[in-house]
Amino acid sequence: MQLAFFYFFSGLSILSALFVIFFRNTLSAAIALVVTLFGVACLFGLLEAHFLAAMQVLVYAGAVMVLFLFVIMLMNLGREELLKIKLAFLGIIGVITGVCLAILLVTRFMGLSAPLLSLDLGVEYGTVKSVGKLLFGEYLIPFELTSILLLVAIIGAITLARKPQS
Amino acid sequence: MILLSHYIVVSAILFSIGVIGVLCRRNALVIFMSVEIMLNAANLAFIAFAREHGGMEGQTIAFFVMALAAAEVAVGLGIIMAVFKKQGTIDLAKINFLKG
Amino acid sequence: MQNLLLGIPISTVVFLIPLLPFLGACFNGLVALMCRSGKAPVPKPLVTLVAVMMPVLAFALTVWLFFFAKDPATGFTTPPLWNWIAVDDFIAGISFKIDRLSLVMGLIITGVGSLIHIYSTGYMSHDAGYARYFTFLNLFLFAMLILVFAGNLPLMFVGWEGVGMCSYFLIGFWFEDPQKASAGKKAFIVNRVGDFGFLLAMFLIYKTLSQKGLTPGLGFLSFDTLERFRGDLFLVATPICLLLFVGAMGKSAQIPLYVWLPDAMAGPTPVSALIHAATMVTAGVYMIARLHFLYTLSPVAMEFVATIGVSTALFAALIAVVQSDIKKVLAYSTVSQLGFMFYAVGVGSFSAGIFHLMTHAFFKACLFLGSGSVIHGLHGEQNVWKMGGLKSKMPITAWTFGLSVLAIAGMFPFAGFFSKDAILFHGYVLGPRVLWVMGFLTAGLTAFYMTRVFALTFLGQPRDHHLHDHAHESPFSMTFALIVLAILAVVGGWVGVPESLHGNDLFFRWFAPLFPYQEFYEKIEHAGRGTELTLSFVTLLWAFHCALLAFVLYSQKLNIAKNLALKCPRVHQLLENKFYVDEIYQTLIVNPLGWVSDKVLWKFTDQKVIDSLFVEGTAQTMSLAGRTLSLLQSGAVQMYAILFAIGGLLLIAYFVL
Repeated sequence: MQLAFFYFFSGLSILSALFVIFFRNTLSAAIALVVTLFGVACLFGLLEAHFLAAMQVLVYAGAVMVLFLFVIMLMNLGREELLKIKLAFLGIIGVITGVCLAILLVTRFMGLSAPLLSLDLGVEYGTVKSVGKLLFGEYLIPFELTSILLLVAIIGAITLARKPQS
Repeated sequence: MILLSHYIVVSAILFSIGVIGVLCRRNALVIFMSVEIMLNAANLAFIAFAREHGGMEGQTIAFFVMALAAAEVAVGLGIIMAVFKKQGTIDLAKINFLKG
Repeated sequence: MQNLLLGIPISTVVFLIPLLPFLGACFNGLVALMCRSGKAPVPKPLVTLVAVMMPVLAFALTVWLFFFAKDPATGFTTPPLWNWIAVDDFIAGISFKIDRLSLVMGLIITGVGSLIHIYSTGYMSHDAGYARYFTFLNLFLFAMLILVFAGNLPLMFVGWEGVGMCSYFLIGFWFEDPQKASAGKKAFIVNRVGDFGFLLAMFLIYKTLSQKGLTPGLGFLSFDTLERFRGDLFLVATPICLLLFVGAMGKSAQIPLYVWLPDAMAGPTPVSALIHAATMVTAGVYMIARLHFLYTLSPVAMEFVATIGVSTALFAALIAVVQSDIKKVLAYSTVSQLGFMFYAVGVGSFSAGIFHLMTHAFFKACLFLGSGSVIHGLHGEQNVWKMGGLKSKMPITAWTFGLSVLAIAGMFPFAGFFSKDAILFHGYVLGPRVLWVMGFLTAGLTAFYMTRVFALTFLGQPRDHHLHDHAHESPFSMTFALIVLAILAVVGGWVGVPESLHGNDLFFRWFAPLFPYQEFYEKIEHAGRGTELTLSFVTLLWAFHCALLAFVLYSQKLNIAKNLALKCPRVHQLLENKFYVDEIYQTLIVNPLGWVSDKVLWKFTDQKVIDSLFVEGTAQTMSLAGRTLSLLQSGAVQMYAILFAIGGLLLIAYFVL
């Protein structure tokens, strides 16, 4: 059962990821990305990371994607801006590089005599409570720094987005 | 049976797709999306390893990566907007501020 | 024995002697710098006071040291003021060697130096570089005193170089004149050749001694150490002494490095008197006398010194006979007299060498200052053929000059007689006969050319009436020095009246403990007083006749002298052009060096190799590399991303595969 879910969601996310990079229309690519992120969120769920799966949907598929769509709408790209994928020389090299990378990594990890994911886990594994304990306990300082990072990002985004004062 | 390597292979494939997207596409927004795919691939690997290990640290790091991705998207999209305002395009082939 | 002055131990007081002129130099240097822009007038009375007071004080201290602080005959070495160099076992401290030799030298330097400072206040009174002049003059005294009092070879070398530097400054004092500036350079460069030998000798001594595993307290190069371990230097004594003598050749203007001294007359005349006659040029003689214990180890080196010395003496005397520039005559005369001193030390008679050094300092300084007075009175004229009959116009100068001429000519009982007599006698007894004959000839020639100069300048009829009419006697500050030096030129030799003339040979007895060579004294004793008396009589007669001949020729029968020159033009030309030595050096050394410097070092090495290949080549390589690499800077971000990805891929491949 789990295996079927795994193949379904991983196939879904890989396929939609391919759509992301091959769709000519930016908007379509964005929608495909949502699907990818959703698929990955389900994979998180399969890995017992329920909190993160929820976060993935909320932050990524929610907030981040909204930002993307917002920008796409704002730009209101004309027809000519819907760029064709021109497989120029650079593009070919890029594809070759990416494929090489994929082959390299996949062959490496396929050959791995990987252990089973059958470890007996506690009931609390992956819950909000346990993740929260870690975040506010052991990783408090990185967590607080993350908030500063977000603050800086907000200020940066505002600075970039406002009209330049003449 | 799901093995750890299954997840890692999926992560690797997603990452490679992201790389191809970054290298081939000229649309700055799509490139950005590809970067998101790469980040997600990395997150997947983190969580898979955490699951195998039985610890929660991997999930914590994935959480931080998400926060970072959010920040990055905010700033990155701001930059793309600014470039678009200035140049009227987001085609990277037409943008060459960096030419020395 | 009194070892304290105002409660200060003697070993500290001696450091004051060179320090005083140094302070004077500092003060005058500051004044010269401050007045350089010409905005502020030079405070001449102050400069004069400081410049003259410092040498006089130093002289007073030296006199005090000499008379009231007598020490054991062999002297002592002061504990080092501080260690100047202390690297492993190479130690050179600022320590002074005080003995009879250095004290006599110190007296000559400070005494004659003070007189020349006084003289200079008159001679240089109208010069714009008044303060600068006294800076260098004081600095020279400082360096010279360091040279003389130094307790080890490195410190002596400091003084050695210091006097060379001051000599360079003062020869080129009027550096606006390129000829005078180049005379200074010539002196400096020729001296460098000699200094090279001095340095090599020091290295050799240090290397030899340091390999013996000795543990000297004051360093290997202090004179005390050298004297104590002279036996260990026996095998290398000859090269050491010859190398040191190369240094002496440069500094004391001996063949083949004498060429700078005649040119050095470009400097102000008091400088010629002080540096290029009385003190600095005698440094070589002093150095050999100071290192007598090394030189006596090597008969070869001694013979070489004597041969070079007496050859130089004869050679320079021949040139001096026909020179028409009054200072050039004196310059060649100095070279010649220095040759005499080297002859003396070369045959082993160190005290005679120092004796002649002292008397020479008196009469040659007087002669130079006298010539300076003449030049001053004639507003810069130096050609003796344009003078004549100046006796009536400049009586004091004429009298003092005349007395000094008698002294240098070796007339009885003037100073030169005793010293030259001692040298010739000792040379006759100790050295080869042929050298003595050359020395004997030189003595006659000396009398001849000095009388010639005197006759041409002061006697006979005035040849240039315009110059003669405007001639005037010099001010008192100048004549004072002349008078004192003339008196010294007369009586200076009386401290060394030999026993054969019923004197007590004071000078030689006094120096005897310093040069403890029994063999030497036995030989002298063995030769007997009869020989000495005969020799001095013959020499005196010979010199007297030469002088008489010159007197008659150049004061009364001038036509004969001129005809003589016309009759044998070749000889006259050869002598007048100084045996073409300068031209030979120019062809053999200067021109090839110039060619190598110009064509090989400059045009090829510097311009082609260094400038083009290294300097510009490096820049162009960088620039080319930059331009090539900048092709990658297309500004296409994805290009960068691809390169980055390929790099990452390769890294991953490296780790994974």
